[in-house]
Amino acid sequence: MNIKILYFARIKEAVNYSTEEIELPSNISTITALKNYLSLRGDNWANLFSGKQVIRAAINHELVDNLATIKAGDEVAFFPPVTGG
Amino acid sequence: MTVRIQIEDFDVGLELNKMRLANPSIGAVASFIGQVRDINDNDMVSTLTLEHYAGMTEKSLVTIEAEAKNRWQIIDSLIIHRIGTLQPLDQIVFVGVTSSHRGDAFKACEFIMDFLKTQAPFWKKEMTNAGERWVEAKLADDDATARWNK
Repeated sequence: MNIKILYFARIKEAVNYSTEEIELPSNISTITALKNYLSLRGDNWANLFSGKQVIRAAINHELVDNLATIKAGDEVAFFPPVTGG
Repeated sequence: MTVRIQIEDFDVGLELNKMRLANPSIGAVASFIGQVRDINDNDMVSTLTLEHYAGMTEKSLVTIEAEAKNRWQIIDSLIIHRIGTLQPLDQIVFVGVTSSHRGDAFKACEFIMDFLKTQAPFWKKEMTNAGERWVEAKLADDDATARWNK
């Protein structure tokens, strides 16, 4: 299925991407599975997504946990803990 | 219930007056203004740059305002958050709440700020005498949010 992924702040800088559209294998259907899938792209990806750093995820603008289900057409975002205000 | 994300500065007096005069049943206006500090983690800050997730930010702030309205008797609320590059003494954020009575206005204003700090997708990068770095999220902010759930 096709999804859009957005990256923000230090994560955007580390992976050198702000947004991408990718075709996911059909067995990748949760945030955890997607993080593991992205970890395979290389060392900088693995460092970010292998669980050593706190990374928040959102699906279609809602904060979600690692067990959340991803559907075709979703906008998934990865970002560090927020620091506004 | 209004949310504004903007690069431009805002005029607190003007905003408060507009809120205050909107409804004669308003008896209390509570507000909070956050501004850029000159020192963070013992280093001198020269600039602070705010990034956000357009779309999610607005949605998240509207949800926070709705939850405040659900919990307290408030008449209206306004959140203004700036993005882009700011300097010490620049205003970053404004939260204003109107209500018939002060208790609800005070509580709702603090609630909105606490949730904004931990839920709204903004990130700060600061330029300091020790170099450029992303500001780390603080545990104390999570604690401040968690106490509203007790």
